[in-house]
Amino acid sequence: MTMIAAGDGTAAGAAAARREAPEGHSRSAARPAVVEAKGLSLVFQTADAPVRALDNIDLIIERGEFVSLIGPSGCGKTTLMRVIADLEQPTEGSIRINGSTPEQARLARSYGYVFQAPALYPWRNVERNVQLPLEVMGMSKEERTARSDRALETVGLSGFKKKFPWQLSGGMQQRVSIARAMSFEPDLLLMDEPFGALDEITRDNLNVHLLDLWNRTNLTVVFVTHSIPEAVFLSSRIVVMSPRPGRIVEVIDSDLPRGRDLDIRETPAFLEVAHRVRVALREGHSYD
Amino acid sequence: MTAVAEAGRGRSSSGAAARGWGRLRQGRALPVLVVLGAIMVLWYLAALWLNAPRTIEQFQREDRADYSIGELAAAAWSMERPVLPTPGQIAADIWKTTVDTRITSKRSLVYHASVTMSSTLVGFALGTVLGIAIAIGIVHVPTLDRSIMPWVIASQTIPILAIAPMIVVVLGNLGFTGILPKAVISAYLSFFPVTIGMVKGLRSPDPLQLDLMRTYSASRTQIFSKLRWPASLGFLFPSLKIGIALALVGAIVGELPTGAQAGIGARLLTGSYYGQMVPMWSALVVSGLLAMICIFAVSAVERAVALARGGRA
Ligand SMILES: Nc1ncnc2c1ncn2[C@@H]1O[C@H](COP(=O)(O)OP(=O)(O)O)[C@@H](O)[C@H]1O
Ligand SMILES: [Mg+2]
Repeated sequence: MTMIAAGDGTAAGAAAARREAPEGHSRSAARPAVVEAKGLSLVFQTADAPVRALDNIDLIIERGEFVSLIGPSGCGKTTLMRVIADLEQPTEGSIRINGSTPEQARLARSYGYVFQAPALYPWRNVERNVQLPLEVMGMSKEERTARSDRALETVGLSGFKKKFPWQLSGGMQQRVSIARAMSFEPDLLLMDEPFGALDEITRDNLNVHLLDLWNRTNLTVVFVTHSIPEAVFLSSRIVVMSPRPGRIVEVIDSDLPRGRDLDIRETPAFLEVAHRVRVALREGHSYD
Repeated sequence: MTAVAEAGRGRSSSGAAARGWGRLRQGRALPVLVVLGAIMVLWYLAALWLNAPRTIEQFQREDRADYSIGELAAAAWSMERPVLPTPGQIAADIWKTTVDTRITSKRSLVYHASVTMSSTLVGFALGTVLGIAIAIGIVHVPTLDRSIMPWVIASQTIPILAIAPMIVVVLGNLGFTGILPKAVISAYLSFFPVTIGMVKGLRSPDPLQLDLMRTYSASRTQIFSKLRWPASLGFLFPSLKIGIALALVGAIVGELPTGAQAGIGARLLTGSYYGQMVPMWSALVVSGLLAMICIFAVSAVERAVALARGGRA
């Protein structure tokens, strides 16, 4: 209980610091990396044979980065995210989040998690779904309303506060779940194929929104996708993974400018990065 | 003024009639009416078949040999002490003992129904609270799941007719008489569906909804109040409907061993003592109506709750 209370203060403090004085990339090196995984492995014990979902993962994600994890189904993208979020325990290796253990980071509410499915609570309307984490954190009603208004504004759903999940399209539901993850202004956003089930147009739209948000704040994003254009469009770094066992085959730095619009997808620079990702994915596959 | 009001009333009643016809045509009411009609025909035939021997005896005692089938039927359907009373006789008796009798009278079915209903409702409330409490325990404490659940199930395999007198005697010895022993029997029957439904309901949140709470580092109490409890409400109401019907059965059964002076059960008992089928059938029909009213009331609350939670109307 005490730990949770202490964690509360830290999260709020960190969020406040980010709002008041956004730090440049230059200073971020002085702080511990947001994610630091060394020799990370995770084996699931299943009924028939053990599954090596993660194998010897080394990955450092710095503050303010937008990192995409890309790879075929079953290569351990979700598992890696869940380890970062302290929803899954690694069997070997070490992982630090902001210099502390994943559990401490979770208790400090240092990340917001967007699942593959919206996972809205059907008995709560949009506004009250977005306020769910704020209620858990014990914020006052005024504070909750102010924050949910701001988050819904960001995802363009201000007019839908009183609607219930079943009254929204899939894309709108997923935007609500993004607003919910951002409502308490975490420094780290973990997004597991958030736009996987959406149509191309909605997806482009949300990509632009997300990138804009990332540009305006000093948010760190870890983003799972199996779309190459999406990964290249959004990311500052792309981690290409491969299955059985789940491992990293290549990490590709993108030197595309930070402020981008959808038209960049036609440029040679973009296509060149996309090509490198495609080649890496193919290499990953040639193992089996 | 009056004319306007009358006109308004006329329109609304013709509207209701139109809706009634609409329903008939849509085939919702028609099958029900057809079945009801078939039951009535069969009932009158059965009453004739069962009451005829005694009617014939009666005719023979009166030295009447030349009676038509029509006369026989008329006599069999209007016996004072029939083996099987007709729906008409039952309806007339219910009318006599409800509308035509003062509520305070011991002959009033409304009085007896209210006695049974009060212990039904107290027992239902006790059983619901107990059922929910057990379910919360089972869902949150793994050892309770293993240790209590078998007893919960075993409790319902014992015939209530065997256990009801024991409860009445034991509580009577402790000085509890009147409504409480009956309510305890009602609670004993009605907690079970509530426990089963709520265990299922409290476990109904999917893993993602639970993971979400974990990412917020929510406490167990918060997970309960913000996720498990609201998720379980959809399972609670169907259980409550079964529970309240069982509570009514429990209250009636609880009135039998006490030789109670009041209540639907007492009416059934006196009817069977004196071989009076008509009051027994009246009591039976009224208990059926009470069960319907109870279930209807629970459904109304269910709908109101669903609407408040944004359900599809
Ligand atoms: N809870 C679990 N129990 C057993 N095996 C699991 C579990 N979760 C994931 N796996 C297995 O681990 C591997 C990686 O899964 P996952 O991380 O979901 O892949 P991805 O998200 O990249 O599609 C898969 O082979 C999957 O079947
Ligand atoms: Mg996945």
